[in-house]
Amino acid sequence: MQIARVVGTVVATQKHRAFEGAKLLLVQPLTLDDKPRGTALLAVDALGAGVHEKVLVVMEGRAAGEALGKKLAPVDAAVVGIIDTVDVTE
Amino acid sequence: MPPSSVLSTPSTWRRGTDAVQLARVIGDVVATRKDGNLAGVTLLVLQPIAPDGRPVGRTLVAVDAAGAGVGETVFFVRGKEASFPFYPTEVPADAGVVGIVDHWDVEP
Repeated sequence: MQIARVVGTVVATQKHRAFEGAKLLLVQPLTLDDKPRGTALLAVDALGAGVHEKVLVVMEGRAAGEALGKKLAPVDAAVVGIIDTVDVTE
Repeated sequence: MPPSSVLSTPSTWRRGTDAVQLARVIGDVVATRKDGNLAGVTLLVLQPIAPDGRPVGRTLVAVDAAGAGVGETVFFVRGKEASFPFYPTEVPADAGVVGIVDHWDVEP
């Protein structure tokens, strides 16, 4: 999984039915010192994460579908946790 | 000792993401609000390492199926397989620690 910051929301009216009721977020992956890493990506959110929150994003199709509660959903990234703290000791 | 090819990087793999299976546990992540199937699962911050022990590639967060702690060297799997140790719970994970390395040897 990757640590990421929610940087925006996406609205799409016409979409696959597996996405109905799902929130779509733009998330920016972060390095451990909270700097942006790579390009932002789209992730489905079943937790209710808000913009600016730090989240845990799973980037694997089946796991993302599980997080959405729909197996075989055509998704490849999902928010699975809202991060309280990251402790790095090395 | 694993053959060095096990730890090399096939060209079809994405650089820095699928390159290695050995990593150092460098931290942990606390998330109170999370997917219900992640309840009670430890989340570790991993720094993948090369066979010579130097850091290589991006850090990542993995679920822990081996009881690993910060400072330990571990091996991990990527993909859906990361959730298999928790079966039948369908843990939404794309990386998981599955073993703690006691030592390893690489012949020059």
